[in-house]
Amino acid sequence: MAATAGRGIAALSRRLGRGSGSVIGGRAILGLDPMALHHLSRGHDTALVSATNGKTTTTALLRAALATRGPVVTNLAGANLPPGLAAALAEGPEGAPAALEVDEAWLGRVVEATRPIIVILLNLSRDQLDRNNEVRKLSSSWRDIFDGRTGVTVVANADDPLVVWGAGAAPDVRWVGAGQPWTADAAGCPRCGSRIVWDAESLPDPATTGDNATPGAPGPTTADDPNVADVIDNPGWACSACDLHRPRLDVAITDGVLRTADGFRHSLQLALPGRANRSNAAMAMTAARIFGVEPGVALEAMASTDEVVGRYRTVRSGNVEARLLLAKNPAGWLEVLDVLRPAPMPVVVAINSRVADGRDPSWLWDVPFEALRGRMVVASGERCADLAVRLHYAEVDHKVVADPVAAIAAAGASEVDLVGNYTSFQTVRAALAS
Amino acid sequence: MSPRESVVTIALLFPDLLGTYGDGGNATILAQRLRWRGQPAEVVTIRSGDAVPASADLYVVGGGEDLPQVLAARQLMNPPNLRRAVEGGATVFAVCAGLQILGTSFDFAGPEGPQGEGLGLVDVSTGRSMNPRAVGELLIDPDPGLVLPAMTGYENHSGATVLGPGVKPAGRVRLGVGNGGDDKVDGFWSGHLLGTYLHGPALARNPALADLLLSWVVGDLTPLDDTDSERLRTERFKAAARVSGGNGTARRWWHGRR
Repeated sequence: MAATAGRGIAALSRRLGRGSGSVIGGRAILGLDPMALHHLSRGHDTALVSATNGKTTTTALLRAALATRGPVVTNLAGANLPPGLAAALAEGPEGAPAALEVDEAWLGRVVEATRPIIVILLNLSRDQLDRNNEVRKLSSSWRDIFDGRTGVTVVANADDPLVVWGAGAAPDVRWVGAGQPWTADAAGCPRCGSRIVWDAESLPDPATTGDNATPGAPGPTTADDPNVADVIDNPGWACSACDLHRPRLDVAITDGVLRTADGFRHSLQLALPGRANRSNAAMAMTAARIFGVEPGVALEAMASTDEVVGRYRTVRSGNVEARLLLAKNPAGWLEVLDVLRPAPMPVVVAINSRVADGRDPSWLWDVPFEALRGRMVVASGERCADLAVRLHYAEVDHKVVADPVAAIAAAGASEVDLVGNYTSFQTVRAALAS
Repeated sequence: MSPRESVVTIALLFPDLLGTYGDGGNATILAQRLRWRGQPAEVVTIRSGDAVPASADLYVVGGGEDLPQVLAARQLMNPPNLRRAVEGGATVFAVCAGLQILGTSFDFAGPEGPQGEGLGLVDVSTGRSMNPRAVGELLIDPDPGLVLPAMTGYENHSGATVLGPGVKPAGRVRLGVGNGGDDKVDGFWSGHLLGTYLHGPALARNPALADLLLSWVVGDLTPLDDTDSERLRTERFKAAARVSGGNGTARRWWHGRR
């Protein structure tokens, strides 16, 4: 009954041109039935995806894998709070598996309501500084969710100490060596606060800014083709004081090849670019396998995904082809630096600081923008002036054009990469959607 | 200035513990402003567990959360190399949690009781009375002794800081909270120590403050092209005017925690 009303309101919202209607429809559903998420998720085998970065893409990849077997319920519009989840479940076909992304601060309540069979935990890092001022608290709140919880398999990134602490008390965990180039938020052990020691052989250097900038984000590099035991036994990181350390891996990626502890090997060749998306695919594959999708079939299905809600899409603006990329925080920026096309191709960077972005853009100083030397950067968005000062001190050639669409033209090239944070990306996408 | 022969060393203290709000950028800015004037400069990044040098010319310490703040304070207390450096005339620029550490106490109630013993380099103490946190734009009229233009930044803290008798503030608060007392001031300055609640980072928005700190190390400085910083300052002053609204007085701008 509540779901029917919600669907009607969502349809009305769409007809009035007020967006997809998923959030307003979901609010209506929850208003009529506060337990709606609990009721609507019954009958669906549900996988939840949570993290600071990569939620939407990993959910899209998991959906692609599950879609090889039939319809899938998903919330790809990025509406990842209870109203959006309720709307997605109300719209989706009954009995279909569900792949849902969930805001990292809401995960506990959503797990309680939807009783997922799988939860994918990708990473945690600083984001929206004015609101979430302790990432460590989020990690501990995750730990409380999964401590002793049966009936759910957690698919977790073994390379992020904050995720390992969050997932580590769950009875059933599949550990994936998914990498986390950004290490600044896990410098102190999530359990005891002591220093985490990183194995320089197997992991990139901790991200730093300024003089010690580590541009880009190389993945794990190994000279030869190591056997699976070497990869799986590599400690990766460990606390210098307590016994928290990288768990033994169930799934590893080495030199672009995905391997599992039970002997499966498959080359990771995706239409989506970059290290982070190979990791996202490994996480999604591990989850799809629990749903019964054969891993080779899952990876083939994910390989053709080439756009995720506008991300990685190339749009035309005047005579310029602009590829749209999203980076909301320093960890996301490390991954984006890995996928930018080479200099001298210009880059337009659009930065806003609305509520959804975080009001405080001082995180720009945690991004190694020195890596952009040798090309023109157009500083854009509502906080273009903050970005311009950062680029000035990074000694990156830049100009300032507040309007992102005008900035694309001002870049002076026929092809550009455009990187936006959350609301500036939406603005560009809305302006240039064909 | 005429460049001195030796490299100016800037120690960035514990960015892994006190680097939540981009304050490491202050060290980058200080080094670049020297290099652009022909003065060799290097940033030495001191992470948790590393030895703190007693010989740096300038120390930069930023803001962070409660437990990391206690860990940083302990490492600065023993061995007391920062105190030795200050006694030898070194300059220290401290923001937020860093400011609190330089004082006598910062009143951190840990699981084993009060743990917030500061370095006592200046007669300043901080309680934790502010709830909700002070979050938002912070605009300051610097203390006249500093001879600086208005300072802009962003604050995010719950500390309420009290200055001891005779300790000067960094400035008077025109918008925002700062130290949080009825005297409506922010930070402190004492000799070559300057503390503030300005993030942003502070020196990105206030290049004249960066040059003041550098002048304490190397003497007079030639001007630089600060076009980008001037644009940012103009925009932030306009934003501050919008926040304070039409009543003409700086009002407190609180955000609740999520």
